[in-house]
Amino acid sequence: MTELFKDLFRKPQKYITVRADTMAQDKGTLWIKCPECGEILYVRELEKNLEVCRKCNHHFRLSAPERLSITLDEDSFQEWDADLEAIDPLSFPEYQGKLSTAQEATGLHDAILTGEGRILGWPVMVGVLEPHFIMGSMGSVVGEKITRLVMGAIQKKLPLLLFSASGGARMQEGVFSLMQMAKTSAAIAKLNEAGILYVSVLTDPTTGGVTSSFAALGDVIIAEPGALIGFAGRRVTEQTLNEKLPPDFQTAEFCLKHGLIDLVVPRQQMQAVLAHILLLHSGSQPDISVNS
Amino acid sequence: MLLDFEKPLVELENRISELKNYTGEKGIDLGVEIESLEKRSLDLKKEIYQNLTPWQRTQLARHVERPNTLDYIKMLFTDWLPLSGDRLFGDDPAIVGGIGKFEGRPVTVIGQVKGHNTKENLARNFGMTHPEGFRKCWRLAQQAAKFHRPVLSFIDTPGAYSGIDAEERGQAWAIANNLYAFARLKTPLIAVITGEGGSGGALALGVGDALLMMENAVFSVISPEGCAAILWKDASRASQAAEALKMTASELLRLGLIDGVVPEPLGGAHRDPQGAAVNLRQELRQILQALQQIDPDTLVELRWKRIRGIGEPK
Repeated sequence: MTELFKDLFRKPQKYITVRADTMAQDKGTLWIKCPECGEILYVRELEKNLEVCRKCNHHFRLSAPERLSITLDEDSFQEWDADLEAIDPLSFPEYQGKLSTAQEATGLHDAILTGEGRILGWPVMVGVLEPHFIMGSMGSVVGEKITRLVMGAIQKKLPLLLFSASGGARMQEGVFSLMQMAKTSAAIAKLNEAGILYVSVLTDPTTGGVTSSFAALGDVIIAEPGALIGFAGRRVTEQTLNEKLPPDFQTAEFCLKHGLIDLVVPRQQMQAVLAHILLLHSGSQPDISVNS
Repeated sequence: MLLDFEKPLVELENRISELKNYTGEKGIDLGVEIESLEKRSLDLKKEIYQNLTPWQRTQLARHVERPNTLDYIKMLFTDWLPLSGDRLFGDDPAIVGGIGKFEGRPVTVIGQVKGHNTKENLARNFGMTHPEGFRKCWRLAQQAAKFHRPVLSFIDTPGAYSGIDAEERGQAWAIANNLYAFARLKTPLIAVITGEGGSGGALALGVGDALLMMENAVFSVISPEGCAAILWKDASRASQAAEALKMTASELLRLGLIDGVVPEPLGGAHRDPQGAAVNLRQELRQILQALQQIDPDTLVELRWKRIRGIGEPK
């Protein structure tokens, strides 16, 4: 696939400057062991390789700022609704503490970053779930920010791009969080009526209430190799069935085989593939003058 | 099935019927005693059922003798025509669907069915829906919209089924599609949680113009047992989790997450299914009348505004 896109986009890649410190904090060391193949990887090398193991191609999880930085053109991201914060509507045990811890660890107010940006010149409305914020779970803030982003895409007539990485609905917000599945899905229905493109990218992990709502509703659905994608958690399924599950169960490749997604795209090619899709849904060339 | 908190009441009721039999057999007048016991029984009933904890309600919501969707269909609709299949893979026995007349007008009915005993439950997969079940609901809802027929949805499930086959056939995709399609369906859509409203599998039948709950039904993002296992690594603390999750009808109404609570007869729907159906009929009649006045485009926009407003951060 690399060959296919090599000539399409000659513009050199630059990364935007929004970068959280999570990468350094998470690793904190010079070397890291690949959880998949056990290879010892030099952290700097791993970063350069977009957090993909050079030996076995294992895709490490990215923070939301990291994802934006490798996807969008340099300095093109303008964040929306940065200050929205959860209100703990049920006064749920230990929730306030969990929120503070997650906010401190990630530097984000909740489990998603949303805004406008450009991919190789193409303008998009983009949202990225943060897997390190209470498992990227969807509560009222995530649901609301996605809904506002979708409404923005309709208003501005810009394509919508959502990267999912989530354990599902946020238990601590009870039915409020469940209803965000309905809200985001209804918003996507309105987007479709307006004829706006929606590309959904599923990354490790995408499960539960996120898979069962907006993430499953893309015009084009892409997944990263090896990503865990499914409805029920593996443990739940194993307990229900009381049997061992096939090794590829609920992976990106499993979903591709069963006709649930369109493409499995390695991280190194993701930006080019996204630009390719945007090209095919646009009547004109991108305005790259803004970024050059 | 006898729940712990119902035991004193059932014992008292048994004594009353024993005394009544005795009166009949021996011809001794125990009227005064019986009357006093009956009064005590009523007081006890009120005391028990008007002060249920969230966990006790969860147990009632799961009670095997509680009227299931098939019982409600028998009690609420005439000229029932069952319809099957998703036209793609199969017919999910955990979902019933069809057309019947409600108060003389045809409506489409979809619903999840639990069994009243182990044999029925095995046949119905304990009310856990497969992807083909959700797609059957979707198909029947589309069909209803074609004929401007209202859709009545009956929710009663521990959750969507989790298994290899369900994942292979796109369980998450089937649920998402219902949330998406029901949001824009151009016909009135009323959902009632009659028993257990388990997470996404319940919500997949719950998007519409009105979401009602029976008084002793529950609706939750996760089961109290599952929540307790995650929070405290101890599933036996389910009763605490049930409180934290705010999953009862009255709490969800107070939070603005549902539109109405249908009262159950004192003692719960399992002790008086007819009484429960009468109350539900009255509620459905009123809401349907109101919804049928609204033109389909306005209906869909009102539905969107209602969903859009849920969980808007301050």
